[in-house]
Amino acid sequence: MKLIIKNGRVIDPANNIDGEYDVVIDKGLIQAVTPAGKAKDDSSAKVIDAKDCIVAPGFLDMHVHFREPGFEYKETIESGCESAAAGGFTTVAMMPNTNPVNDNRSVTELMISRAKAHGKVKALAIGAITKGLKGETLSDMGDLKEAGVIAFSDDGRPVMNNQVMRRALEYSRMFDLPLIQHSEILDLTAGGCMNEGPISTELGLKGMPTEAEDIMVYRDIALLEKTGGRLHVAHISSGESVELVRRAKAKGLAVTCEVAPHHFILTDASVRGYDTNTKMSPPLRAQSDIDAIKEGLKDGTIDIIATDHAPHDLVDKQADYHSACFGIVGLETALPLSLRLVEEKILTLPQLIEKLTSRPAEIFKLDSGTLGAGKLADVVIFDPSQEYKVEASKFKSKSKNSPFDGWSVKGRVLHTISNGKLIYSN
Amino acid sequence: MNLANKDILGTEQLSREEIEGILDTAVSFKEVSTRQIKKVPTLRGRTIINLFFEASTRTRTSFEIAGKRLSADVINISASTSSTVKGESLLDTAYNLEAMNPDILIVRHSISGVPHMIARHIKCPVINAGDGAHEHPTQALLDLLTIRQHTKQLAGLKVAIVGDIAHSRVARSNIHAMLKCGMEVTVVGPPTMIPVGMECLGVKVLHNLEEAISQVDVVMMLRIQLERQNEGLFPSFREYSNQFCLTADKLKHGRKDMLIMHPGPVNRGIEIALDVMEGPHSVILDQVNNGVALRMALMYLLLGGGSETDH
Amino acid sequence: MNPLLMNAEDMNRAITRIAHEILEKNKGTQNLALVGIRTRGVVLANRLRDKIKDIEKTTIDLGILDITLYRDDLTTSKDKPVLRDTDIPFAIDGKKVVLCDDVLFTGRTIRAAIDALVDFGRPAQVQLAVLIDRGHRELPFRPDYVGKNIPTSKDMRVQVQMTEEDKADQVIVVDGKGHN
Repeated sequence: MKLIIKNGRVIDPANNIDGEYDVVIDKGLIQAVTPAGKAKDDSSAKVIDAKDCIVAPGFLDMHVHFREPGFEYKETIESGCESAAAGGFTTVAMMPNTNPVNDNRSVTELMISRAKAHGKVKALAIGAITKGLKGETLSDMGDLKEAGVIAFSDDGRPVMNNQVMRRALEYSRMFDLPLIQHSEILDLTAGGCMNEGPISTELGLKGMPTEAEDIMVYRDIALLEKTGGRLHVAHISSGESVELVRRAKAKGLAVTCEVAPHHFILTDASVRGYDTNTKMSPPLRAQSDIDAIKEGLKDGTIDIIATDHAPHDLVDKQADYHSACFGIVGLETALPLSLRLVEEKILTLPQLIEKLTSRPAEIFKLDSGTLGAGKLADVVIFDPSQEYKVEASKFKSKSKNSPFDGWSVKGRVLHTISNGKLIYSN
Repeated sequence: MNLANKDILGTEQLSREEIEGILDTAVSFKEVSTRQIKKVPTLRGRTIINLFFEASTRTRTSFEIAGKRLSADVINISASTSSTVKGESLLDTAYNLEAMNPDILIVRHSISGVPHMIARHIKCPVINAGDGAHEHPTQALLDLLTIRQHTKQLAGLKVAIVGDIAHSRVARSNIHAMLKCGMEVTVVGPPTMIPVGMECLGVKVLHNLEEAISQVDVVMMLRIQLERQNEGLFPSFREYSNQFCLTADKLKHGRKDMLIMHPGPVNRGIEIALDVMEGPHSVILDQVNNGVALRMALMYLLLGGGSETDH
Repeated sequence: MNPLLMNAEDMNRAITRIAHEILEKNKGTQNLALVGIRTRGVVLANRLRDKIKDIEKTTIDLGILDITLYRDDLTTSKDKPVLRDTDIPFAIDGKKVVLCDDVLFTGRTIRAAIDALVDFGRPAQVQLAVLIDRGHRELPFRPDYVGKNIPTSKDMRVQVQMTEEDKADQVIVVDGKGHN
């Protein structure tokens, strides 16, 4: 079916496009991006009026937990994909901390086939670095790559052992896939449930110091310098870690990193009141860390925005703060939260969209994140100025654990198009 | 005298006026415990539930006696007999107890924030009897009551709180309450037991007990949890005692009328020497005694009250 | 109705008379004690003790009772009465105790006071002295000593003022409805 998106402001960072254009979609592909009003009239085409809206490539989230197989009561690949579509995402990468762990071909194939069967969003699989996420033995990376994984990660846990991490970096070079590290020195965070600092001291909760993140980021960079390979630092949250990545990049090392919206929106002060929806790993940090993260976003040290979408059932969150699970639902609030960076003039709108589209595609070598002619027609249309209240109970995700429930936000996804098909409309 | 909140979750939530009002009320309650018939009918027919998820004898007993001296029916539920062990969630337990219409729920839990979470979900007043390393408001208030009994006035007093500050809810509650009452607080202990950002609470930090003693009017020793040695927070009890045990020798550096306090139970010879504990400056038993009156006062303020009576 | 029910001289005369009546009824000060109900009952008790001392040259025991904890109207309503000390520094067992209060109205305060009193021991006798009796009893109490009977309507407000607590010695009717 033919689709013409008219009257919108088209932003396609990969092609340096920002202006009034019409987007013509046919046979699931982008046919053309033409100056406004120049698209040929075609009575058979469905027209979407994108007046006052932004038309951009569908977003990519390289860090989601869809909980299937194993924890389908929290999220399934299907519900996760619906959540992604509602957030404007057309490509996501699913972390392997499922049960069983995605450390072998059969799990990878299951995850990918489930996603394909649902068919709306391109849900890609990330394979485990080590078998069972135990940090001991490398997984069969070659076999996993053949099965379709696009990166490796033990996310949820770090690869603690130095020797194992060194070997992982060395071995993964054969496949040219990045290792995504959840950077956390576990003995420094043992028993911790929030950022260590004045607030944890006030609240009497065991802290997780930033140096637990910094030390591992430093170690991984030091290893990478010798071994080669590609390192992607997941959900960076410490200001010092941003500086470490900045220096590594200056040296020309193959390091990239991501930040989750909550890590530039909320500080650890929101833990006051013990709302377990403020519990995540890495934890919400101090204002100084947020300032450093914004600086890192601005100068490009932080490459991409990824949500670390971590749905949890009510029971897992309705516990005491110490026992509650880490993580929050991220996909459906990512856009309005990220748009705050534009409002605060940290990023321009095209820069923000780049961090949600072409830059992740580039890092993970995916043929998407652009509106180039002939590419798969993955498009998001959003109204950047529409204001509304976040209602977690209405999330498409199976879980509702969000610290942003009830927040007044700005920026709403109106349509998500994947492979030329409208998969979500608000 | 009215309390601003339905619950007593921490001294952090209390204003100076509230703290003083509570202490004044507690003074009046002390007399009841000196009578032969130690009971007044104030809370007759009311039900108070002691919900203790963490073992406690002293605090639970104190709450129980306080409730009984006000004629309330006091029910004790400890974690081992409650249904939490059967996998019932914390909130389910709270909802179930609420369905039995208690008038006050007293909660102790080893994890910070649990009484707050319960209080948010149920209507009856909740008194925090100690949550993790967060707050233990009734202990701090009875400590202030004890200090005031001996010094007449709180403002301007200097207090040293000594020991494992990082894991101490007694320390945090006392710090909030003392600072609000115009006192100066110094926390003393090995750096491994002083949490990050302590100064942000408005206290001074020292690592030398003798130095602290020379500067203060009151020394409050905290209990050292025996399991902390395994966590490597100090090398050995011998080493800890050498540095931080309050001995007669170390007390020579301080003023003659120094008040010595301890929330109990005491590890004799580890954080405080026996002769000091039983010496003339020790007000440790006054603390226990004041605990009952203080808790009666809180129960009265949460449930009592009414309009001016007819003659 | 004249708002001034009793002036300073009236009050002094009434208290003097009550002192004499107490001594007369109890045949002296043997085993006699006064217990004042906070706040103005305590003032009345103090004055009675002074009068009795003038007459008999002995100082009799005096106690202070705060009946807050014994009230039957303690609810969770907004204003919580301030609890103050009870101080009965003598054994009341076998004593003839004269309870003192400023105004006798429904009798509920006296009920609470007697409940409180018997928690302290077993007095031989409890008598009741009040400055004003305004009727409208809800419980079966009758005062032994009365300064002045003042028939009132139930919603009137009678206020006893005494210099220890107030500006002057007088009893007045205050405007507006309400209870004492």
